[in-house]
Amino acid sequence: MISRLSSRRRLAEPAQPSLLLLPSDSTSPPDFLPCLAVLLPSLSISSVLPAPAQPFLLPSLSPSFLALSLRSSLLTAQPFLFLSLSPSAHSSRAPSYSRHSSQQLPYSVVAPHINKEAAMTTMLRELRLSLNQTQRVRLQSALQSLQEMSSLASTITVVADTIPVNHEDSILKGHGTSDLNGEVVATLCGVVERINKLVYVRAQRARYKPEVGDIIVGRVIEIAPKRWRLEINFSQDAVLMLSSMNLPDGIQRRRTAVDELNMRSIFEENDVICAEVRGFQHDGSLHLQARSQKYGKLERGMLLTVPAYLVKRRKQHLHHLQQYGIDLILGCNGFIWVGEHVNSHGENDSAANRENREDAVNKTGELQVIQEVQEPERTTPLEVRQHICRVANSVRLLSALGFNLTVEFIIDTVEASISSNTDIKDMLAAEFYVQTAEREVQRRVSLSRKH
Amino acid sequence: MEYVDSLTGFRLDGRRPNDIRQIRAEIGVVAKADGSALFEMGNTKVIAAVYRPTEVQNKGQQINNQALVRCEYSMANFSTRDLQEDQRGTEISLVICQTMEACILVHLMPCSQIDIFVQVLQADGETRSACINAATLTLADACFPMRDIVTSCSAGYLSSTPLLHLNYVEDSARGPDVTVGILAKMDKVTLLQMGSKLPIDIFENVMQLAIEGCKAIAQYIREVLLENTKLLESRKGL
Repeated sequence: MISRLSSRRRLAEPAQPSLLLLPSDSTSPPDFLPCLAVLLPSLSISSVLPAPAQPFLLPSLSPSFLALSLRSSLLTAQPFLFLSLSPSAHSSRAPSYSRHSSQQLPYSVVAPHINKEAAMTTMLRELRLSLNQTQRVRLQSALQSLQEMSSLASTITVVADTIPVNHEDSILKGHGTSDLNGEVVATLCGVVERINKLVYVRAQRARYKPEVGDIIVGRVIEIAPKRWRLEINFSQDAVLMLSSMNLPDGIQRRRTAVDELNMRSIFEENDVICAEVRGFQHDGSLHLQARSQKYGKLERGMLLTVPAYLVKRRKQHLHHLQQYGIDLILGCNGFIWVGEHVNSHGENDSAANRENREDAVNKTGELQVIQEVQEPERTTPLEVRQHICRVANSVRLLSALGFNLTVEFIIDTVEASISSNTDIKDMLAAEFYVQTAEREVQRRVSLSRKH
Repeated sequence: MEYVDSLTGFRLDGRRPNDIRQIRAEIGVVAKADGSALFEMGNTKVIAAVYRPTEVQNKGQQINNQALVRCEYSMANFSTRDLQEDQRGTEISLVICQTMEACILVHLMPCSQIDIFVQVLQADGETRSACINAATLTLADACFPMRDIVTSCSAGYLSSTPLLHLNYVEDSARGPDVTVGILAKMDKVTLLQMGSKLPIDIFENVMQLAIEGCKAIAQYIREVLLENTKLLESRKGL
């Protein structure tokens, strides 16, 4: 309402032809912005993403600012000024009339050029950083060299692009392709892969696509009759049957009603579990199994969520980092577990507790649930906890940068942070971010030189 | 009033009659969403976000062999001074929904629901077109399989001249206003709306102008998507 009053007042004033920076409770005629605004790199809408240099704007970028230039002749024709910019708009919008310098052929319109700097800032989806000028320049040059190194330019495709195909061969059209007038056309944005006669498009930001044998990490959300329901970053929840889980006493036997009533003593709601995909149910949801000793409940650690496409399927997903005493589980669904190392699940390290368990068994003469007998009161040592935090931060950093997550890369990053004496909390700050990007550039350069 | 200056040929905002507005698009503005985009046409600014297909909430609407596409269109309270645009929210939601349904390959995701959320941050005419363009970018970003890139723009006829991309001032003149949405490569029209009246021959000219504008926007959108894909792929590495 205040803006409406001020607009009426402003109509009476003579127009000023110079460039002004005014608070947003003044109004501006639409599209009357100077050509200079075109040179201003664009800002993303989120208020804390890094902003490229703005030579024409006030450095204090307060939420209420607006760049105007008024043209006296046009102003007098406008009795109805409006368009107070939203308080969240930081950037001045480039004018539409800057296009009038393009050619004037009838019915031919010129497509605008994309702003590469804007494309660069979209990289920082996850992490909120404020980079200063030198860091920004370094980061951009690192990302630029990464892009130049990748040789994928020929195979990248966008929706509705034709995929070059030799029409004489019989081609099998796979995922992400469709037929349009005899041409093979992509339906996704991604990379074209060709394997023998199969042509398909691998989407770059695909959701998790489960396969039998995947190792995943999930969180229990519900206990249902004879099964647990887990949330696994998929469109449906996965199911872990009671019969697919080892009983605590380790004996292979039929699950009785007593076992079913005691399910809560094995896993409760909000427990984090590591399991393997056994198969699919008829409605597409997953069946899991956790029969081996390496699967089961995960304790004393951190669960991290990264985009699922950053975790590639490898031979080994459960890693034991001996130099730190940490277990690292890279779940294929994008859930990563970093925790203190346990020798194997269901047992504990100290010999004393093992004796306690045997005594208890001998005394009562019956098999008891192990959790009832012992409760190790040890706490995780401080050093191990610090290592866990370092590894977790490096995972967060790498996923924010968009790099594939592999154990070697994570360990490299942790070691670099230790050797450069970066504090754990500074690992997510701008400086280490830029350094990691630069290190990755060097690593890839040296890799490509070897080949 | 003169919408096209007779002496110079400029419009109210300094454009020529067949100049497009300044277009800017950005992908990935909402970190939590599976796909998101910010699309600006001139001063009209729109954010769109989409989440991965979920189970249908209202089981009665579930379609067993394809996905259900829902769109929610809303204007922020600060987006415009005049409030009457707000009441057309349901109609525009339906329009966007039908347009996107024509281009998503819905039979690949049976028994699920796709939610597209579009919010207008700044309204300066052509909000409907900007929303459709933003939704296309969002769906491509979230890697939903699509038949083609859908783009939309509007054209009008004021002061005896066909004008491309009407802004709010020209729109409020209550002259003829044709909004066209096309599948860019397949050259098919998915949306055609008009307000007021036009003789048929002039209508053909105006619609042709709008289709040209759509194709220019499609070219830009394609470049943005290509750039984004290249960046993501190059960073993922080996």
